[in-house]
Amino acid sequence: MPTDDATATPAIEVRDLHKSFGDLEVLKGVSMTARDGDVVTLIGASGSGKSTFLRCINMLDQPSAGEIVLAGEALSMKPGKGGLVATDRKQLERFRARLGMVFQQFNLWQHMTVLQNVVEGPIQILKVPKAQARERAEALLNRVGLWDKRDQYPAFLSGGQQQRAAIARALAMEPRVMLFDEPTSALDPELVGEVLRVIRSLAEEGRTMILVTHEMRFARDVSSEVMFLRNGLVDERGAPDQVFDAPESEHCRRFVQSVH
Amino acid sequence: MEQVFEYLAFSAPGWGGNLLRGLVSTLQIALGAYALGMSIGILGALGKIHGGPILRGALEVYTTLIRAVPELVLILLLFYAGQDAINVILTSLGFERVILDGLWVGIYVIGFVQGAYSTEVFRGAFGAVAPGQIEAARAIGMSRLKVQTRVVIPLMLPFALPGLANLWLITTKDTALLAVVGVSELALETRQAAGATRAYFLFYVAAGCLYLLVTLVSNQIFAWLERRLRRGQPVQG
Repeated sequence: MPTDDATATPAIEVRDLHKSFGDLEVLKGVSMTARDGDVVTLIGASGSGKSTFLRCINMLDQPSAGEIVLAGEALSMKPGKGGLVATDRKQLERFRARLGMVFQQFNLWQHMTVLQNVVEGPIQILKVPKAQARERAEALLNRVGLWDKRDQYPAFLSGGQQQRAAIARALAMEPRVMLFDEPTSALDPELVGEVLRVIRSLAEEGRTMILVTHEMRFARDVSSEVMFLRNGLVDERGAPDQVFDAPESEHCRRFVQSVH
Repeated sequence: MEQVFEYLAFSAPGWGGNLLRGLVSTLQIALGAYALGMSIGILGALGKIHGGPILRGALEVYTTLIRAVPELVLILLLFYAGQDAINVILTSLGFERVILDGLWVGIYVIGFVQGAYSTEVFRGAFGAVAPGQIEAARAIGMSRLKVQTRVVIPLMLPFALPGLANLWLITTKDTALLAVVGVSELALETRQAAGATRAYFLFYVAAGCLYLLVTLVSNQIFAWLERRLRRGQPVQG
């Protein structure tokens, strides 16, 4: 639920995140706070670190330094191979279950039908009874307009349908925060709209979301905060109107003009 | 012609019953060895992919050695040396010497050999699973075990299946090598029947037909399995 109480515990907080691939530092200290109901959008050129930042939040990429706090609980990390690793595997799995990730390439499990994809997490991880998981999955598939495709395998669906199914799969976990990693970048132009409509409806119902996208008009419409990343640092951040219309950063001004 | 039916009759003085008993032993050994080989193979492949340097090194030695040495030599070595080793341990602990059941030794020996080959088959198949499929499993909060059992292994199997079908056929025929150590499987039964009756041609052709039958039935089963495992994939050209 959206809240105006500034003292409430944020849904998610990322503090001073650093990430290096070998000698290349792609994130040089990025922080972000999202309260319940916030939609935080990350924009920036390719290689600015925005996808890496998102992937570090659920540890698909390992940060080299920083803190991740989900609903007031800090993820316990220690130095390991390739960067920081979770100290407690169970805690990491719990975190991930509460962070619904939607990938650029959809990544629906190819050996499962659409419905099986959606019930997999609830049944296997949340231990929801099968009948209940199925009922909820069907309702979610209905919501994203795929109820009649529920027994199809992903390879037989269009990209837009696969991405909507992937969103339903993430929603089925009832996540605290949704993470979208360029959800429309792999889609044919005529399929982008159907996916954006679903994401917009999630924003409108007050879901907390972190979104990496190149869809500037969409970002402007749905975001509560926009972060412009450049060379691994936040170059500009603020309300959409400010970032798009009156950015202080010259780089941000040029970026939003070039893609508008 | 009458002689043929007499020789192949299921009751004495015919040898048909002996051949069928041999076939049953052959299938028992093959199934047991294959199951053992596949288990070793999956674990071996996971070890080669995810293991530390020591485990990887040990597995490399295992697959290289086993695949380098002729199977007949391995069977003789593992059968007699294995039996000796067990007896040395048993007598040193004050137990009686044992004579191992040839059927079980056969299963272990051939399974151990098959494990080396299937490790390589599975390793290739694991590598063919798209990384995004695994990332989605990790991202939803699956444990390492669940990532493997729910996503990676089911997706890997279609890639492994052609190689595994080959290995199964090789396993069924490898059982014949156990004749040299006196396991009464199909080949040894056939040799005894042929020797006793001097009808060499008849019995070896009959045995050949039984091996062929096993292959034909196996091919049907693997074709069905492949269709089933690939049901999420569009039919290629």
